[in-house]
Amino acid sequence: MSFFFEVLIGGLLSGIMYSLVALGFVLIYKASGVFNFAQSAMVFFAALTYVGLLEMGLPAWASVPATLVVMIVLGLVTERFVLRPLVNQPQITLFMATIGLTFFIEGLAQLMWGANVRGLELGLQDEPIQWVTDKTGMSISKFDLVAAAVAAVLVTSLALFFNRTRIGRALRAVADDHQAALAVGIPLQQIWAIVWGVAGAVALVAGLLWGARNGVQYALTFVALKALPVLILGGFDSIPGAIVGGLIIGASEKLAEVYLGPFVGGGIESWFPYVLALAFLLIRPEGLFGEKIIRRI
Amino acid sequence: MLYREAGQFKTSYQADAAIFPILQDKIAIALIVLTAFVVVPLVATPYVFTGILIPFLIFSLAAIGLNILTGYAGQLSLGTAAFMALGAFASYNFMLRVPGIPVLAAFAGGGLVAALVGVMFGLPSLRIRGFYLAVATLAAQFFILWFLTKVGWVTNYSSSGVITAQKIVIFGYAFTTPEAKYLLVLSIVTVMALAAKNMARGNTGRSWMAVRDMDVAAEVIGIRLMRAKLLAFAVSSFYCGVAGALVAYAHLGTVEPEAFSLDLSFRILFMIIIGGMGTVLGAFLGSAFVTLMPVLLSVSVRFLDRNLNLHIAESTISNLELMVFGGLIVFFLIVEPHGLARLWQIGKEKLRLWPFPH
Repeated sequence: MSFFFEVLIGGLLSGIMYSLVALGFVLIYKASGVFNFAQSAMVFFAALTYVGLLEMGLPAWASVPATLVVMIVLGLVTERFVLRPLVNQPQITLFMATIGLTFFIEGLAQLMWGANVRGLELGLQDEPIQWVTDKTGMSISKFDLVAAAVAAVLVTSLALFFNRTRIGRALRAVADDHQAALAVGIPLQQIWAIVWGVAGAVALVAGLLWGARNGVQYALTFVALKALPVLILGGFDSIPGAIVGGLIIGASEKLAEVYLGPFVGGGIESWFPYVLALAFLLIRPEGLFGEKIIRRI
Repeated sequence: MLYREAGQFKTSYQADAAIFPILQDKIAIALIVLTAFVVVPLVATPYVFTGILIPFLIFSLAAIGLNILTGYAGQLSLGTAAFMALGAFASYNFMLRVPGIPVLAAFAGGGLVAALVGVMFGLPSLRIRGFYLAVATLAAQFFILWFLTKVGWVTNYSSSGVITAQKIVIFGYAFTTPEAKYLLVLSIVTVMALAAKNMARGNTGRSWMAVRDMDVAAEVIGIRLMRAKLLAFAVSSFYCGVAGALVAYAHLGTVEPEAFSLDLSFRILFMIIIGGMGTVLGAFLGSAFVTLMPVLLSVSVRFLDRNLNLHIAESTISNLELMVFGGLIVFFLIVEPHGLARLWQIGKEKLRLWPFPH
């Protein structure tokens, strides 16, 4: 039984890591209706920039804000040169544009900082906490707990930002209807710039944690493929949904790999989250927490 | 002046409903087909066949398939490559396990298997819409590739998971030279493109477009949603399956499931977006763009590199290519969101009025 709980908790904690990436997607979808595939490339870019700045001799405390500035600039440039000319286009066009953007950012990141695999040291050991192991016999990584705490702080502040501040309310208005938002005097471009900036910041947090866990390398861009089932399970436009979805996906993925994997030959984590999310979708077509779409003729 | 339909009167319904109602279009299409079948085989080199023309045609076919599903029926799919993989591996198994089966029947069989699985993965589309469906089709992409990698029977227990396509022999003639393979692919693509064009402008295609534009309204006016959507999935997957079989038999020769990765799905989606959604012509234009673009880019970057003595590292070149490719996609979307096919349409409008501005 203790083994079951160990797998479960390990899964829940790794699910939080997926949620961190999914959050970036949700932010931009919520505020502009764009399904931003480039989020994973932004995570990669952030991690590479941070490591690159460290290598150039900048201390860690200066590299974080410097990378943040770079990410915000990247977000602003994206808004100015990709999204603004594409206002009012169908969603699929915007989606394709962000895939183009993904290629661009991946190329740019590797051009600037090289394609070598690098380690990223946050001063956090990825090792089990001793007293938990002593007490219960389960090994729970300290790193995962810190990541979970970071995610909790991030989600709380974002939820407050969206629900309690003026800008947050404006963001939600823009997501509902561009034209109506413009009509009541919400500055669309300013709002989008803010959202892309915030998404850049979230990408930085995700990039630091994922980079520290797996090393900073091209494979970091595949993290998005883990975040997508989280997104559809939780609903594209729900911040709590990203967290709950991440927990469900993370836990069930690990449990399935341990208990189901041996019967079918293993390696099922590549598709299991998707099939699980699909099963959830059949019951709730807008995800668990997604806004219900009412369709009229 | 040259391109004007004035004076071409239709005297029967048949003439009015013809696939190319304007005489100039008929001539142009005939010329293109003639060039493709006669002139190209006379002048092209083997590299042009294997490196450019055959992949271009095969990906056009896959793009037509995806265009049926996404462009006409409005169901966004990211699992195209997986259905191509299914077609390739199913054809291989038909050839391997059914003695004396004709190659073309094996291709069709591969397509049918893909269609069957396509309908299965299309079932959720009855309930899920938009990006939720797009991400759900990723389930097909990952599950099918996993299945093809894990189940040894599919690859005839090949230790590396790679299959080697059998020789193509039709009526005793072996298609081994690039030229012969090109002609075979061209014939298949021509027939299937024509079929797609006809399907799209008939009853089936109209019901697809109605579903795409607003499915609730389509249902109200009496279109059976389930039938229309599942048919779109079936036909689309069939096209992709045949394209996949052609990749294995006429293009690569040996394939592994990894050749049909998510990357390929995205590339085919690019083709229909850049070419133009909901047009058969767009599939060809988009495929030409996406197939030729990297070739042109690498040639031109290397040319510059050699002549200006820049000594750019190989990795830098590939990164630059990636950036330019991504940048061009964004650029095209901004300049012409309806794709190259729309540009062609605008060009035709201009041609009709030429030399006058209005």
